[in-house]
Amino acid sequence: MARAILFDSTQCIGCRQCEQACSEGKKLPYDDKIAAEEKTSAHKLTAVRTYGERYSRKLCMHCLDPACASVCPVAALQKTAAGPVVYLPERCMGCRYCMVSCVFGVPTYEWNSRLPYVRKCDLCADRVPKGEPTRCAEACPTGATISGDRDELIAEARKRLAENPEGYYPRIYGLEEAGGTSVLILSAVPFDQIGYPVNIEKTALPQYTWAALKHIPDVVVMGTVLLGGIHWLTHRKEEVARKEGRS
Amino acid sequence: MMAMAQKYFWRGLFAVIMAAGLYATFLRFWGGLGASTNLSDQFPWGIWIGFDVLCGVGLAAGGFTLAATVHIFNIKSYHAVVRPAILTAFLGYLLVVVALMFDLGHPYRIWHPLIMWNPRSVMFEVGWCVTLYTTVLFLEFLPVVLEKFRMHTALKIMKGVTLPIIIAGVILSTLHQSSLGSLFLIMPDRLHPLWWTPLLPVLFFISAVATGLAMTIFESWHSSKAFGRQLEYGLICNMTRVLAVITAVYLTMRFLDLSHRGALATLNEPGIERWMFGLEIVLMAVPMLMFFREKTRRHPLAVYLGVVMFLLGFVANRMNVSVTGLERASGVTYIPKWSEVAVTLAIIAAGFAIFRLAARYLPVFEEERHEDQESVPGTRIPTLQGAAAQGD
Ligand code: SF4
Ligand code: SF4
Ligand code: SF4
Repeated sequence: MARAILFDSTQCIGCRQCEQACSEGKKLPYDDKIAAEEKTSAHKLTAVRTYGERYSRKLCMHCLDPACASVCPVAALQKTAAGPVVYLPERCMGCRYCMVSCVFGVPTYEWNSRLPYVRKCDLCADRVPKGEPTRCAEACPTGATISGDRDELIAEARKRLAENPEGYYPRIYGLEEAGGTSVLILSAVPFDQIGYPVNIEKTALPQYTWAALKHIPDVVVMGTVLLGGIHWLTHRKEEVARKEGRS
Repeated sequence: MMAMAQKYFWRGLFAVIMAAGLYATFLRFWGGLGASTNLSDQFPWGIWIGFDVLCGVGLAAGGFTLAATVHIFNIKSYHAVVRPAILTAFLGYLLVVVALMFDLGHPYRIWHPLIMWNPRSVMFEVGWCVTLYTTVLFLEFLPVVLEKFRMHTALKIMKGVTLPIIIAGVILSTLHQSSLGSLFLIMPDRLHPLWWTPLLPVLFFISAVATGLAMTIFESWHSSKAFGRQLEYGLICNMTRVLAVITAVYLTMRFLDLSHRGALATLNEPGIERWMFGLEIVLMAVPMLMFFREKTRRHPLAVYLGVVMFLLGFVANRMNVSVTGLERASGVTYIPKWSEVAVTLAIIAAGFAIFRLAARYLPVFEEERHEDQESVPGTRIPTLQGAAAQGD
């Protein structure tokens, strides 16, 4: 029962109610100036972006196997069973590897703070496990953003694509990107035209590092045996000489 | 007169660098990363990671390569350079930790990975390896200090555990030198194809081994100047030959990988990447070709220039992986702020200064041979003569 968001950009009117509801929920300042910034930052966890007549939303995609959580050395970012990828600030040491690793460029940093933390959307982790909607979905007047069970949202997205093939670019963004995400997106135009990175690997990214990491035990065991063996071989002559010298 | 002027020039430069570094340090810890760096949400890692950490750890690789050469492979002629190499490594790692304290948002939590585990994280592994390896280096360097203060019992105990410590050191180094490359495996779609490859860990490892050797030659050259010692030509000549071979292996792998992945085609695309790639390759290939020639290997100045070139090539490679190769995908250009550069320079300068002090007051460069006599009775006479003959 993993929760997710479906954002149908064809229905978005750019009213920014979602932004405002998010900021209020997170007790972040929100005013016209901040509304005009079309990018996420430490004080804006989701951003509505304008592309001519079209709008799109940027927020954490809550990947099914998130790069950010896999790279964090202290497990300050974790994928929860309920869907949200949450952040535990008391663990974070501020290495910013999560920011470097996220293919969607999501985590942001409190650059001006003396003891900065990472900020990103947490899919309203205080609400969705109880089955409640996310704040952005609740606030959206048009139904462009809805939240619910991921499988049901995929079914809903497929239905929309099937019922109105003219109106949509025929793909669901987030179904396979980076191994699948908990934020699903529909669009009338190819996704890169409304600000989403395309050509993202279909495999979950942590696989790439794991391919290297899984060899560590072998390197340790083989390395010890090998080095010990070489040492024994190369020092044998001396051993022999020493023994002979003694007897 | 010249010497005096030179001395004051270096001292003055050192003072200026340190003063700038101090002010930058204040900026960093008072104003935060935003005030002291040009980093941004689009470009969160700069030269403090790319240079101070990635290059720093690589340049300190001499410790494990030479410890292995001498203690495991038992190639005794290299004995004279083990200690300086271990000292460099130990200092290098300490300075990397210092640099990391600047870069981390919460520096006082640097120990968190030790108790808050995420074994899937490359960074977690690097953290553990570097911590353990710094301890190992400390233990490897300890005999030098014990010798200085004539603590013979302790020295004897240390001798008994040398082998396990050396083996642990070599393995830990292998792991984290390659893992620094693995750090970038997570971004296959953003690191430029000239640098992203599943072979990153292997390439990082091989180039680190070569760099360890190059640093050792570099140091021997400098310390022979500073302390008026004879340059050990036989040994240095030998090391440059090995350096040439390892570089050849590295470059061959690099090009095979590039051509298998079809990445060489990107060289036709305009942009800074191909030039930086060219720079990196040339800076490594030229010294390699130089060192394949017997004549060059015997020419001290040529050796020095070649080694410096190689080291710059190594730095270029690490900077390309961590900065140049990521800029295009990030959509921004990152140029370090003056304070970032100041901190980096101050750390390098401090490294040189501490090395000089240690080399002056501790038996880093002398006395190895006497010690050698004690540790391997029986074979010492022919070996030492061999080493001495080669050394002069
Ligand atoms: S979008 Fe980025 S920050 Fe969000 S879960 Fe995926 S990797 Fe993590
Ligand atoms: S900045 Fe914090 S959350 Fe991000 S990877 Fe580093 S420790 Fe983890
Ligand atoms: S509230 Fe809904 S319609 Fe308004 S900007 Fe957000 S997603 Fe679009």
